[in-house]
Amino acid sequence: MTDAALSLAGLTRDFGPFRAVDGVTLDIRKGSITGLIGPNGAGKTTLFNMVAGSLKPSSGTVSLNGQDITGKPSEALFALGLARTFQIPRPFRRMSVMDNLMLAPPAQVGETVSGALFRRGRVAEQERTLHAKAEEILDFVTLAHLADHPAGKISGGQMKLLELGRALMGDPSVILLDEPAAGVNPSLTNILIDRIEQLNRRGVTFVVIEHDMDFVMRHCDPVIALAEGKVMFQGTAEEARVNPELLDAYLGAPA
Amino acid sequence: MIGVVSYLTFFLTMAGIMAIITLGLNLQWGYTGLFNGGVVAFFGAGAYGTMILGGPAEPGQFGGFGLPYLVALGGGILLAAALAWVVGLLTLRLRHDYLAISTFGVAVALESLARNSQWLTGGARGMRGFPRPFEAVIESNFLFGVVFLLIVLAVLALVWWGIERLVHSPFGRALRAIREDETAARALGKSPARLRLWSLVIGAAIMGAGGGLYVSYTAFVSPQDLLPILTFQIWAMLIVGGAGNNRGAVLGAVLIWGAWTLSGFALTRLVPDSMQLDAGSIQYILIGTLIVSMLLWRPEGLLPERISNTRNTTATKAAPTSNKE
Repeated sequence: MTDAALSLAGLTRDFGPFRAVDGVTLDIRKGSITGLIGPNGAGKTTLFNMVAGSLKPSSGTVSLNGQDITGKPSEALFALGLARTFQIPRPFRRMSVMDNLMLAPPAQVGETVSGALFRRGRVAEQERTLHAKAEEILDFVTLAHLADHPAGKISGGQMKLLELGRALMGDPSVILLDEPAAGVNPSLTNILIDRIEQLNRRGVTFVVIEHDMDFVMRHCDPVIALAEGKVMFQGTAEEARVNPELLDAYLGAPA
Repeated sequence: MIGVVSYLTFFLTMAGIMAIITLGLNLQWGYTGLFNGGVVAFFGAGAYGTMILGGPAEPGQFGGFGLPYLVALGGGILLAAALAWVVGLLTLRLRHDYLAISTFGVAVALESLARNSQWLTGGARGMRGFPRPFEAVIESNFLFGVVFLLIVLAVLALVWWGIERLVHSPFGRALRAIREDETAARALGKSPARLRLWSLVIGAAIMGAGGGLYVSYTAFVSPQDLLPILTFQIWAMLIVGGAGNNRGAVLGAVLIWGAWTLSGFALTRLVPDSMQLDAGSIQYILIGTLIVSMLLWRPEGLLPERISNTRNTTATKAAPTSNKE
């Protein structure tokens, strides 16, 4: 259990009579890039939302590095080292790319009213540190040249990189990526993949929802498949490729 | 000549009070995206609060404590902030138009309360006779007008300074993030509830200061001052001037107050006597038309928000990068 970055036990979520996620129990191995696949409506994003705290489970538990985080609100998790990106990017559009990043780190002195009004020296010092860190991360995600641009005016692929950069500002141990490659041009996808692997080598655990099977097969290990709210497969990408049930779930069972 | 100067003083004093209130709304809407449809409620809380604490005693009525001016004004501001705090806690989960409707409702309820609570507010007659600040030292009406204008400008400057400090800090950055995308801000560990509440309360305190200044200038407050038209005027000022830009907010306040005053003059001159009572409605139509036209053709306002890095950041860029790390 100690090598689990995330542990889900019996995680369930009902929407009225519909059970979107049904008793999911699984461990996400520390230091892995775990692929989460499954047909549309399998419950992947619902599962993500429960882990990330934006949706309360109907039952079951989630723990992050051994600490129970079940039902904790999403804003409490970032400081604990859990970050996420969104299926459709959510940049702060009328803020500069730089401000998008500098916003992120938790517990900033200048984030309180009294700090902002009266502790200017301390705030300026902290801002310098954050600015340096943000510059480094913008370099890493290849957005340094856009630092002063409004985040709403960059391309969709760049927004995905921005979301990754924003997440990195919190030094997360686990990052949940919801369809990072969807709708992104190939050259940016390659940058994104390269950066994910670099971070992974530095010890960051990734859980990736992705429909692009090529991406999953090449970069994810292990692969977990959901269908109708349940875990239907866990194993390596290679095993996933030849698993008959998985093919059925995607392509429809043969007659 | 002194008539013109005197009128100009009056005009600028009122415009200054409007500008203060517009700055309060700019913090709420321009920087935080809070759709406050009850601006007049917080203005009214400040006005009535100041009057009750600092005004003269009336037989059979609570209040009339005759407290020193600054204490009364501070009390009015606190009352507006307290109202916002309660409203904020009750509406924490409401967004956008729902928040607008509920705050509008609070304002209507407050007006009704003021109209019917004879024992507290003097009912429909309102309350009059707020002692003129510094009466002992300033005797001439004209001089009082000038001094009061200076006070209003000083408060305006203080509010400006405070808001600028707030919005160009990490706190302001977090407010803007809430405005842009609450879900994403939460995923980055920001608490929308805390930030929204602070913005609502601070903005309301500023509106309350506007109300307190207004009541001490006119020495009179009644339920007529709590009608929704003030909310719409302030919104027009912010939209015309430019939400998310404090210069815009002040510019909008002066322009709209000027347009309002001029249209009032024009209507009394141009409209036949028999229709004078209805002429006021034309001003309402003008304000409405102006808001709609701006939203259609220049939604960002005359002085749009400038999207740039938080000020501390830009300052860093000029400074050598080799210091403490």
